[in-house]
Amino acid sequence: MQTTTLESAVERIPDGARLMIGGFMGVGTSERLVDELVRQGKKALTVIANDTALPGVGIGKLVTANAVRKVIASHIGLNPETQKKMLAGDLHVELVPQGTLIERIRAGGYGLGGVLTPTGVGTVVEEGKRRIEVDGREYLLETPLRAEFALLHAFLSDYLGNLTYALTARNFNPVVAMAADTVIVDAEHIVPVGVIAPDHVMTPAPLVDYLIAA
Amino acid sequence: MTMDPQITIARRIAKELRDGMLVNLGIGIPTLVANYVAPGMHIYFQSENGLIGTGPIPQEGLAQARLTDAGGRPVTAIPGACTFDSATSFGLIRGGHVDLTVLGGLQVDEEGHLANWMIPGKMVPGMGGAMDLVTGAKRVIVAMQHTAKGKPKIVRRCTLPITSARPVDLVVTEMAVIALSNGRLRLVETAEGVSVADVQAATEAALEIAPELTSPRR
Repeated sequence: MQTTTLESAVERIPDGARLMIGGFMGVGTSERLVDELVRQGKKALTVIANDTALPGVGIGKLVTANAVRKVIASHIGLNPETQKKMLAGDLHVELVPQGTLIERIRAGGYGLGGVLTPTGVGTVVEEGKRRIEVDGREYLLETPLRAEFALLHAFLSDYLGNLTYALTARNFNPVVAMAADTVIVDAEHIVPVGVIAPDHVMTPAPLVDYLIAA
Repeated sequence: MTMDPQITIARRIAKELRDGMLVNLGIGIPTLVANYVAPGMHIYFQSENGLIGTGPIPQEGLAQARLTDAGGRPVTAIPGACTFDSATSFGLIRGGHVDLTVLGGLQVDEEGHLANWMIPGKMVPGMGGAMDLVTGAKRVIVAMQHTAKGKPKIVRRCTLPITSARPVDLVVTEMAVIALSNGRLRLVETAEGVSVADVQAATEAALEIAPELTSPRR
């Protein structure tokens, strides 16, 4: 793990990169990483995240800045700009049931070839997917998702990069931490090693590549 | 006495709660159900963004930015609450650990299929957690008004994309309570002052009439 500045962390992300971003309606999303992506004028990003938050919040800022070409998310209903750009054909949106989305990411990070889920069987979500019967029950084969970068928002990071998250800001963060080539962390507090007890570490330090210095 | 239809629906659904249940409430009318839990009853309310033990909206000035419901609004956590990541949250849902979910609806059809996540060409918000909830919860209750702009929402066959192949268990409207029984819709209760004929006139789907049909006083 390396500590770095906000600016140089974001400089590593090229236009067109595929990003996983933690957060749920902006809660658990690093606002300053998002702001820096916008400031550096990134373009044509693919964003994999639960939602696109609201205009002016979290991933919503990337949508407004036209930094995103494709979104893979479970819900965009609270961001009218995402819907507008989608209907205008300026933004490609792939909608995935939330439980399926997090499991596809988990599969990508845990070395699995996919997951079998009953969610979506017999609905439009099934289109183009394999249906597999196991012990008399029908499932869809959902394929793994990975990304080049994961952008995390943690509550605490110790000097090594062991992480904890606060309350409902955990959501997608520890899961996307497993599924990207490069993991960039913005922590609210950076603390000495030992402050986070071993039993309380939610993301192990070896997963973290860059920690933004306070 | 006329009551707000949403409150009529929420109060009736609250009667389905049992002590110790793990319950997930959708947005809209379902959220109101939490206001009518019987005194002394302990319900574990789940927010699918990663919380069991969701409490009321915080007092002004006491909101915690990292403690929100599935709509991103500030909530509180009651003593004994716990938080977890989204994989665990949907493991709880898909794995059949949630005893009851209450969701809003656009349409319910004769086979009990629910459509509640999109109107093609008009409203494409995404399914969020709805497909997992209907597929995985032990019991699914739909909370919705009986008609929309005078048109029945309980229809022969959903014209909107369905949320799950799994049928719902109960539909509660301001006019009636309809249960799925042997794969068919059965009218089990009418609201005070509402006749069976009134319900049938506002419903496109065929309804069996339960012999024990009741009209409760509220």
